[in-house]
Amino acid sequence: MSSTDISINRDVHHAHEEHDHHHDQNFFEKYVFSLDHKVIAKQFLFMGIFWAFVGGFLSVLFRLQLGWPEATFSFLEPILGGWVENGKLNPEFYLALVTMHGTIMVFFVLTAGLSGTFSNFLIPLQVGARDMASGFMNMLSFWIFFISSVIMFFSLFLETGPAAGGWTVYPPLSALPEAIQGSGDGMTMWLISMALFIVSQLLGGVNYISTVINLRTKGMSMTKLPLTIWAFLLTAILGLLAFPVLFSAALLLIFDRSFGTSFFLSDIYIAGQALTNTGGSAILFQHLFWFLGHPEVYIVIMPAMGLVSEVIATNSRKPIFGYRAMIGSLFGISVLSFVVWAHHMFVTGMNPFLGSVFMFLTLIIAVPSAVKVFNWLATLWRGNIRFTAAMMFAIGFVSLFISGGLTGIILGNSALDIQLHDTYFVVAHFHLVMGAAAFFGMFCGVYHWFPKMFGRMMDEKLGFVHFWFTFISVYLVFMPMHYIGIAGFPRRYYNWTGFEAFNIFTDMNTFISIAAILGFTAQFIFLFNFIYSIFRGRRATENPWHSNTLEWTTPVLPGHGNWPGEIPTVYRWPYDYSKPGSAEDYIPQTVPFSQTQSSNLPNEKDFE
Amino acid sequence: MSTSTTLEAPNSGTWDGGNEPMKASYGKLMMWFFLLSDAFTFGAFLIVYGLARHAHMPYTGEPEAFTFSTEWWPIPEKVFNAFPGFHGVDLPLAFVALMTMILILSSVTMVLAVEAGHRMDKNDVQKWLLWTILFGATFLGCQAWEWAHFITGTDEGMLLADGTRVFGANLTVNQYGPPLFADLFFFITGFHGTHVFTGWILLLIAFISTVNGVYQKRGHYEMVEKIGLYWHFVDLVWVFVFTFFYLI
Repeated sequence: MSSTDISINRDVHHAHEEHDHHHDQNFFEKYVFSLDHKVIAKQFLFMGIFWAFVGGFLSVLFRLQLGWPEATFSFLEPILGGWVENGKLNPEFYLALVTMHGTIMVFFVLTAGLSGTFSNFLIPLQVGARDMASGFMNMLSFWIFFISSVIMFFSLFLETGPAAGGWTVYPPLSALPEAIQGSGDGMTMWLISMALFIVSQLLGGVNYISTVINLRTKGMSMTKLPLTIWAFLLTAILGLLAFPVLFSAALLLIFDRSFGTSFFLSDIYIAGQALTNTGGSAILFQHLFWFLGHPEVYIVIMPAMGLVSEVIATNSRKPIFGYRAMIGSLFGISVLSFVVWAHHMFVTGMNPFLGSVFMFLTLIIAVPSAVKVFNWLATLWRGNIRFTAAMMFAIGFVSLFISGGLTGIILGNSALDIQLHDTYFVVAHFHLVMGAAAFFGMFCGVYHWFPKMFGRMMDEKLGFVHFWFTFISVYLVFMPMHYIGIAGFPRRYYNWTGFEAFNIFTDMNTFISIAAILGFTAQFIFLFNFIYSIFRGRRATENPWHSNTLEWTTPVLPGHGNWPGEIPTVYRWPYDYSKPGSAEDYIPQTVPFSQTQSSNLPNEKDFE
Repeated sequence: MSTSTTLEAPNSGTWDGGNEPMKASYGKLMMWFFLLSDAFTFGAFLIVYGLARHAHMPYTGEPEAFTFSTEWWPIPEKVFNAFPGFHGVDLPLAFVALMTMILILSSVTMVLAVEAGHRMDKNDVQKWLLWTILFGATFLGCQAWEWAHFITGTDEGMLLADGTRVFGANLTVNQYGPPLFADLFFFITGFHGTHVFTGWILLLIAFISTVNGVYQKRGHYEMVEKIGLYWHFVDLVWVFVFTFFYLI
């Protein structure tokens, strides 16, 4: 009954729509320098997908080297030019590859691409706002990100190559241009690009927070917000507090590199010559970096958690289990993320007592993480599950988060970390728990909200093929990595055939590389599905997933201002799925309790 | 059921949506959040300062016998003791105290400008903004003199082991002590000065807009208020910089 009421209202609104669209925008206002949050979200999404393919391609290149260390790669010469010498990958280029793969994936794809897309797209739509608080600053945020991207992309084509000191750019390697080729112009461009990136993140972040606080529609209290919004809000706060510290570190590093200061440098000899720098501390940079770096992994994973919570509840046709516990655990993760950074530095000669404090704090994060996993599983439990492509990726996310999270408990231990530090065990751990898991969250979001973004559905069958190939290859890549990591195999090594102990892993590395190439290739299924569906996909209805949140009360393709008529009012929380006594198995947030007397709980009678 | 009215009101508490729960417009919220994040930037710099200082030897001898040496961190009073027009006179921290006074005074005039804005008194806003701009420019001028003096150095300079003397400081050489002392001085006061200068430009724009009656037409002086928030923040940061660099 309630749904029929809504569709009647909507017909009335269609009449209004004709009047609202008299203001014609030209091409630039509409698609390039748009102030509309939905267009900006798509711009971030396209950039994110572009960067994901660049980053993925780089990883395939270094997997080729690791998988077939004796092979000749003459066939890569047309793409890589001088970086292939006599069929061999240049070792410094290998370092540049891993550096840029990390930088691109962590910052440009999983921070800007994920938060940028879904915070922009969903915050105004789900809180019931016409647009972001400041559309202009939102546009600025994208275009500064774009400039930052152009600079980073351009650095790939420098003759001396892009930055090569690892994505963590530790000095002194990154601070001394004469140290390796990659610490020259490539590093300078890396720092400029990242400084701009941080500015873009701050512009975006203040916007997200202000929008959630000030622009919620009538009735949308903080405890009626979908969990996506809570995740985006806390992510934005983390970014707001963590990124400025990286900004400080980057500025100090720029001064060390270009103006002769000694913040991070002391007692360094190059080719027997002492440098004049004295008094600085390279460890200090690591502290500053990881004060950002650790919250950063939660900046990456929390939006994915929000998206997954929403998709799992919708497709299990059940209320999310433990709504307030979900918010509480997000809070817990956010607070803890700021006090665990030194677990990245257990082997820097840190005081063992301090190490055990950070170990203790690190292991506490397992509690809120486990609460979230438990709640997702409890939501799925006995649900009326609809296996859509988005749902598959959401469940895949939970699986990867568990598999990767368990090794986190091992790595957080300061004694075990002595053996495992900087081995492939670490690589396997974080790729599962934040890399692949965040990617799965992102895919889940794209498949689920694609109808609202483009007015068409993505192909479900291709989605399934994409899911299974990706899911299997992710496990095939990262599970074996744990073993070579336990054996002490260090990451970031170009070639390991010189080490007798590691020769036995040749086959396993070849196997990992084949799985990685398979996984990368599978992404073209997604790319095809994505582009094809934008133009040729099945037309979507207003609410194809029978979901409760506000974005599904907008027209199929929401115009500027999102709702043609009045902004809807909110009466209930977003998880009234399969409520006993209700005719439909979902009750949108806009339906007042007076219309659902048959399903109201005793305590809800007062709201009728 | 469909006959029942949908006009019933949703909850309307402070955080129930449809209002501004913190009684602040989104613009003011954004400024507050920006300042929060900027505080972390400055916080990181001051922590770097604290750690660098901790890593160096303090001076342990008699204060009267203090000389500049790369062996120990200098006593700030002995470094910042000059005053324009009083060459050779030992006036510890006198000039920086004056600078600080001027900046705090500019905060007072900023408050008065914001208050005048609430009364929609265009003339008063103009007057107090102009005073703030004046004090801000004076502070920046003072800082320029302070830097110039720091760079030029004292008459005696510092005697090095090989018998040569070093005068003044730059980012690599420093007559007052370890190089990091000068590095941090230039970097942190420079970063703060950049903030003051940015605020000063914003004030200038606000002043021109006030004179042109932009805010009067708009019906509120919120822009002045937002710039005021920024200006107070920059003053507050200076208090910390002053404490860390000059007092401790």
